[in-house]
Amino acid sequence: MKIGDHEWRLDPIGPHIWRGRVETGQLLALSRAVKDEGGQLVALWGSDDRHLNGGFGIHVALLTGLGLAWVSCALPTELPAYPDLAHIFPQADRMQRAAFDLLGITATDAVDERKWLRHNAWAADEFPLRKDFSPLTAHRLPLPEVDAYPFIRVQGDGVHEIAVGPIHAGTIEPGHFRFSIIGDRILKLEARLGYTHKGIEKRFEGMDIATGARLAGRVSGDSHSAYAWAYCMAVEMATASAVPERALWLRALFLEIERIANHLGDLGYLGNDVALAFGFVQFWRLKEDWLRMSAKLFGHRYLFDRITPGGVATDIDAAGQAELDALASRIEIEVRELKAIYDEHATLQDRFADTGICKPELAAQLGLTGLAGRASAQAWDARTQFPQAPYDQLDVNMATQRRGDVLARAEVRFAEVYESLRLIRGILKRLPAGGIHAPLQPVQAVCEGLGWVESWRGEVVVAVRIAADGTLDRVHPHDPSWQNWPLVEVGVLDNIVADFPLINKSFNLSYSGPDL
Amino acid sequence: MASYLILQKILKTGFVSEPAPQADPALRTREQALHAVILKVFGQAVAIRHVDAGSCNGCELEIHSLNGPHYNIDGLGVKFSASPRHVDVLLVTGPVSRHMEAALKRAYEAIPDPKWVVAMGECACTGGMFGESYASCGKISNVIPVDVEVPGCPPTPTALLQGILAAVSKGAPNADD
Repeated sequence: MKIGDHEWRLDPIGPHIWRGRVETGQLLALSRAVKDEGGQLVALWGSDDRHLNGGFGIHVALLTGLGLAWVSCALPTELPAYPDLAHIFPQADRMQRAAFDLLGITATDAVDERKWLRHNAWAADEFPLRKDFSPLTAHRLPLPEVDAYPFIRVQGDGVHEIAVGPIHAGTIEPGHFRFSIIGDRILKLEARLGYTHKGIEKRFEGMDIATGARLAGRVSGDSHSAYAWAYCMAVEMATASAVPERALWLRALFLEIERIANHLGDLGYLGNDVALAFGFVQFWRLKEDWLRMSAKLFGHRYLFDRITPGGVATDIDAAGQAELDALASRIEIEVRELKAIYDEHATLQDRFADTGICKPELAAQLGLTGLAGRASAQAWDARTQFPQAPYDQLDVNMATQRRGDVLARAEVRFAEVYESLRLIRGILKRLPAGGIHAPLQPVQAVCEGLGWVESWRGEVVVAVRIAADGTLDRVHPHDPSWQNWPLVEVGVLDNIVADFPLINKSFNLSYSGPDL
Repeated sequence: MASYLILQKILKTGFVSEPAPQADPALRTREQALHAVILKVFGQAVAIRHVDAGSCNGCELEIHSLNGPHYNIDGLGVKFSASPRHVDVLLVTGPVSRHMEAALKRAYEAIPDPKWVVAMGECACTGGMFGESYASCGKISNVIPVDVEVPGCPPTPTALLQGILAAVSKGAPNADD
């Protein structure tokens, strides 16, 4: 694949998905070339490969003009290190720190070497994702109850800090936010996450492929179908297994149902956060109707465990198709009515507009992705540019805005609700006949694969390596929230503290997904 | 204009709230001395503090749903509160991550007696898919005492409401009434 002036040895391993290995010394040049042509770093993770080739591995998923490139470097057993990538792609910072916390591999010359996922559950010289780390004995060790973390301090006359979390005021996932403020204005926000780290990646090790799909779907419950699909795509690629066409179309149906459910909920909460309880009640009424339809037609309100390796677990019949089509039409009419109210509502517009701005230039620089990225003119959506089947036959219209404020993120959600409803109606009309599941090909040797799915929040990537005995050896699920959390910190600057909940909700990022 | 559209939409929507389910006393796991006087004071009014101790965020979706119009929990006297000092029930989701262990214990201790703990979801009841590990303490009752366990992945809003009502209702076994 040609990136910049250089031809890189990358081989296609799936539609728009490439695989390559480079020397550690070439990683910087490759990253710069990708950045120069407008690409991004999507994910960075490590692996313990000592049982395979005697060292460690560092992996990056890079978004290039031709798709997603999964590039790996072999690192030595003693002092495993690779060059810092955060000075090229700032979003690499926390991923590099997590890779150190979990595997003890170092980003050389990184500016920020603070711990990230590690609080007090394991010691600084223990690395849970190393194969010789025992997950069961370690948790019995007595460890300090309180975790110390060096926040960056803002000093000066009248500056003070507000510490929020890990437990928040509402029904939200746990995380800590440290505000430095003057008066009501936010001078700095620093997030400390990792509270929901529950050892998911270690849990995958040794698990069978089918159970792995259930765990992958629970990395972030609101993006269940996206994770389950990305995981299944990866294991199907690794085992060179074919999936029936109807199953692929049903997966897309589930993914779009999930997107609409989340957008409806968020649009309701955005209204609630500007004291328009009417918006919350109306959108959550629609969401409840939508969830009940999923329960009735597919057996689960959030479609948990409907996507399985080799296909899907549930089909839809003609009556179900008609029912879903009718509900999609009603939801569209009602959302348009509610949009007219949001458009006309002066207080809501006043609170939404010019609040929590992420300018397009900064979004590009810091790698803002997904729906928040599209609201800041980062015009890319894996379903549109690099579609996996069946999206290659669906012609997804991408929704973009340039304002980068709360209003823009709400507008993108509205546009995506309409588009997903259109896609659902299209899928129902064109759903191919045939089976919905085919068994995976047996595993003969160590094999690997990568799945890439545009969740409602942004792109989910799951990389899988399967051991020769057919169990999972290494699974890394990547959540788009990794890239986007730092932009929340930027977006709130110079806003008032009281607007933080609104700005935060307009991104609605995951804690569980990146905490792993 | 917006006000007119809002009123029009409200009138057109009508009432969607549904009758409440019955409390499910079978969900109770821990006996607790429930004095008749206290029950009269709480009656059917109960305040809840939710703590996500490490969940996947699936259970949270259903807690949000429970606050939607179909379930009308305000009409039952059930409300969610921001401070543990103001509540009767601690609703906990997830396995307890090691990183949330201290925060969960502190939230529990901050709630005045008498108090009830509802563990919501498969992970909260058993540790679920995440189990016990270097990073996870497993089920909630490994960390704090639990009165009611509501299984499901995630439990439906109706099942959750039954669990909450079971925690504070007189249908509890050996209730002093």
